Amino acid sequence: MDTSLLVIQTLNGLQLGLLLFLVASGLTLVFGILDFVNLAHASLYMLGAFICASLTYAVGNFFLAVLIALPVTALLGWGVERFVARPLYARDHLDHVLATFGLILVLDTAAHLIWGPEGIAVPLPEAFRGQIELSETLVIPTYRLVIIAAGLAAAGGLYWMVVHTRLGMLIRAGASNRVMVGALGINIELLFGLVFALGAALAGLAGMLIAPITEASIGMGNQVIITAFVVIIVGGIGSMKGAFIAALLIGLIDTLGRSFLDDIFKLVMSPDAAENSAPAISAMLIYIIMACVLALKPQGLFPPKVR
Amino acid sequence: MNKLLTAALAASLTATAAYAESVKVGFVTTLTTPAAVIGKDMENAVNLAVEHLGGKAGPLDIEVIFGDDQFAPEAGKQATDKLVKQDNVDFVAGYIWSHVLLASRKSVVDADKILISANAGPSQMAGKLCDKNYFSTSWQNDQTPMAMGEVLNKAGVKSLYLMAPNYAAGKDMTAGVERTFTGEIVGKDLTKWGADAQLDFSAELAKAKASGADGLFVFYPGAAAGAFVKQYQQAGLKDTLPLYSVFTIDGISLPKLQQAGFTDALGSKITQEWDPSLDNAANQKFVGDFKEKFGTYPSFYAAQSYDAIMLIASAVAAVDGNLEDKDALRAAVKAADFESVRGNFKFGTNNMPVQNFYLREVVEDADGNWTTKVVDTVYTDHVDSFAAECSMN
Repeated sequence: MDTSLLVIQTLNGLQLGLLLFLVASGLTLVFGILDFVNLAHASLYMLGAFICASLTYAVGNFFLAVLIALPVTALLGWGVERFVARPLYARDHLDHVLATFGLILVLDTAAHLIWGPEGIAVPLPEAFRGQIELSETLVIPTYRLVIIAAGLAAAGGLYWMVVHTRLGMLIRAGASNRVMVGALGINIELLFGLVFALGAALAGLAGMLIAPITEASIGMGNQVIITAFVVIIVGGIGSMKGAFIAALLIGLIDTLGRSFLDDIFKLVMSPDAAENSAPAISAMLIYIIMACVLALKPQGLFPPKVR
Repeated sequence: MNKLLTAALAASLTATAAYAESVKVGFVTTLTTPAAVIGKDMENAVNLAVEHLGGKAGPLDIEVIFGDDQFAPEAGKQATDKLVKQDNVDFVAGYIWSHVLLASRKSVVDADKILISANAGPSQMAGKLCDKNYFSTSWQNDQTPMAMGEVLNKAGVKSLYLMAPNYAAGKDMTAGVERTFTGEIVGKDLTKWGADAQLDFSAELAKAKASGADGLFVFYPGAAAGAFVKQYQQAGLKDTLPLYSVFTIDGISLPKLQQAGFTDALGSKITQEWDPSLDNAANQKFVGDFKEKFGTYPSFYAAQSYDAIMLIASAVAAVDGNLEDKDALRAAVKAADFESVRGNFKFGTNNMPVQNFYLREVVEDADGNWTTKVVDTVYTDHVDSFAAECSMN
């Protein structure tokens, strides 16, 4: 095993982790502050990708399309909060799951009607199609670095907003004690709407960033939403710091597991057995981590302080 | 009470009599999830076949009922059960995925209905699990990668890295290329598959590159194909790690790759049993009408689905619409007396096609659309490796 491969795989893991963080942060905000289970978060991820893909063809530039698609996705998130989530806050989690699962079906079918079943490939500007040579053996696709940079920027912006702005203070307060925030005369409905829109924009951003690598396709959100739930459970529900650390952890474990597990297994078993068991075990790895965390720290690694 | 029963019985008898006016074909494919893009292509081809037949198979009307497998074996089995038990179809055709076909197989053949795979070709069903009621208008999974292995040997490729999804067909595909490729296999990755399939291959591509192999063999059907080729190009591997694929770059992924400008697809080599450029009347009519109607080249999935419907229609016509005599019907299917889009079509002892495999290259056609053309014939009348394991003579 050489170091350059390890560095590349770590960067790949970082990229996956940051994308997961974008999805998980919105999920943990909505779950932690609004106490609302939003399975349809996955659909907002998908809609972000589709809207951005259509806009890329309309305006001719991917990055411009992302800038326009972000507020559009936020607006959609706000609409979901206003018309689906708000009437259900008083109900229990099972009703949330039912309603938002229904919403997934509705939005998937809507996407099918609007964009067709085949999915849309998103072209990148010429400059981002190539690779960057960090050293002779260390070559990484330029766009993967763009994702890492965008993910870090979004995480940084979110950190600044949550820690240093009035809105962030309210969000933290809401995560700790929702009722008290309302009692202090804060417009809780507006705050909830904003949080939902913010979560939608973050999920949408993740979808937009992944689209040039895979494509905008129906049901693409289902691939990440389960992992995103694992992230917020490991990180502690409602905790941004927990979501960030857990997302990077899960991203790295998943990627490194996929890359090195079969080599590790080959040390202790026959190559054939290693080849067969490694993919199965690496697919399970993150769930094993989640089970361990749940067993040892049921509140997650960084639970928010709640009174 | 007895009267009621008699009435119900009489009603059901008349209903059965009415059914005999038409031949019912259940067609199971993927109509939801991102893989629906394949299902749509097959559905289009089936509808085109019915249209070309004027809606008739011999004296009977053709009635096609589509079932959605949702890209999952359990859902595919459910859809199959519904077609067999509730709709009481005469034929069940379709099936993109090997694991779905394996799960659904028993429901059809045990009910003495005829099962025709229009794509999936799991090794088990060509060999030990072969059945008088099971036919294929595609191939056995191993055959296409075996042809690719021969191509690689000829091209002087010494070492190969393999990537495929972790399910029945993925394992068959890697086994197939390993069977004929004489060089060294330096690494193999089986990735997560299904409705939540892994589509980001960064880790695997980095490993493949680090392995120093002469070539990269992949099998990524459907929506995963586009994702794979994009990442392959973004990683800039074309010069150091040439791509050899089966069932990946096809009529479904090419238009999207072209639209997004992924030029690494051009010139890449693929093995397949069919090609839109095959020179026979049935194929030209099929490809021409398909392009006119749906605006793209048909994929091999479409070609095999078209053949499946044509095969069914030819058998029904041969027995003059008498679907009750199963032995005669099976014999008529086995005779395969129809105009296949791949030219001559015949079944081997295990009811798998005995056919040619071609080497194809991705090129730009006269209108500037990306498509494939045949550059070589790798196998002539190839019999799959599992035919000997089949107990049918």
